[in-house]
Amino acid sequence: MLSWAIPLAMGIFTLAMALNLYRLAKGPDITDRILALDTLMINSIALLVLTDIRLQLGILFEAALLIALMGFVGTVAMSKYLLRGDVIE
Amino acid sequence: MTGLLELIITLLLLIGASIALLGSWGLARLPDFFMRLHGPTKASTLGVGATLLGSLIYFSSQQPGISVQEALITLFLFVTAPVSAHMLAKVALHRKLPLNPKTRNSFTKDE
Amino acid sequence: MIKSNWGFPRPFLSIFLVLLWLFLTNSFTWAQLLLGLFLGWLLPLVAHPFMPDQPHVRHPLLMLRYLLVFLADILSSNWVVARLLLGKPERLRPAFIHYPVELDNDYAITLLASTISLTPGTVSAHYDANTKQLLIHALHFEGEEAEMISQIKQRYENVLLEIFQC
Repeated sequence: MLSWAIPLAMGIFTLAMALNLYRLAKGPDITDRILALDTLMINSIALLVLTDIRLQLGILFEAALLIALMGFVGTVAMSKYLLRGDVIE
Repeated sequence: MTGLLELIITLLLLIGASIALLGSWGLARLPDFFMRLHGPTKASTLGVGATLLGSLIYFSSQQPGISVQEALITLFLFVTAPVSAHMLAKVALHRKLPLNPKTRNSFTKDE
Repeated sequence: MIKSNWGFPRPFLSIFLVLLWLFLTNSFTWAQLLLGLFLGWLLPLVAHPFMPDQPHVRHPLLMLRYLLVFLADILSSNWVVARLLLGKPERLRPAFIHYPVELDNDYAITLLASTISLTPGTVSAHYDANTKQLLIHALHFEGEEAEMISQIKQRYENVLLEIFQC
């Protein structure tokens, strides 16, 4: 059952990422683009974990955690820059 | 692996993926920024959380002992999602982004 | 206050860090436990001066119940938002709501704002510390503003008030 469920779930997440890319390209304001990038990061975590199950590796967890950290820090840094013109006050 | 466990994992993965797709769908489709903010912060976080839960159950059934690392990512996502949403909303207020004309009450205090 | 804590200014944070380290390495060996204990001692000591005052948690069990209510709310109201997202976007009536906050402690306010952001349909956008008002954006809301305020107050803030007893 998992042999078709995992590729299907990966396909759905890829579709979600394509929608995020559409918003990233179109987004009228830079804020929309930051939001799209943030969502792209979150979806890529799920894709990475699914790849981990599919390939029976069990070691991609660290990469997923790093993406989660970088996504959050990146979003907050960009928001802070837009708010104050400075990242660290 | 037993059939029941496999069914649970399959359901978690597919439901999680669908919820995340719905969040991204909202992001692509809704008319103004504040409405778009709703999709990713909740739907995507919940969807990815469900997927990670499925992965946790899968790896726990594959090896002795439980694999808790996926739970850490889920926890991290749930803690950080409101913070980044709050920051982005603040930026949007600061930049005075155009609102959907149907929005009730302005964000300035009504005098 | 610091002297009476034996070099552990934040005991709960220390315990949390040790557990986090053990989960992160996903293996229990005595060497990892020792390293975790070292990190649990060092990090709070270094970070302590930068952190805001910690709240007094009076009812840890109530905290658990709050968490359960919160999880149930996330799951149960997510399908409402799902239906809204699948419907026509022209039908949605977004609204801004000014919510008066009663809580005093910074941690408690953060907890309330995060709860509001994670429960579907509402995002907390701005907190004004002078007027103690939280600006909330709702995706679709047709009732009265006061109705929404009393709902949030009953469900979350009163419990938080009881937990932290500001």
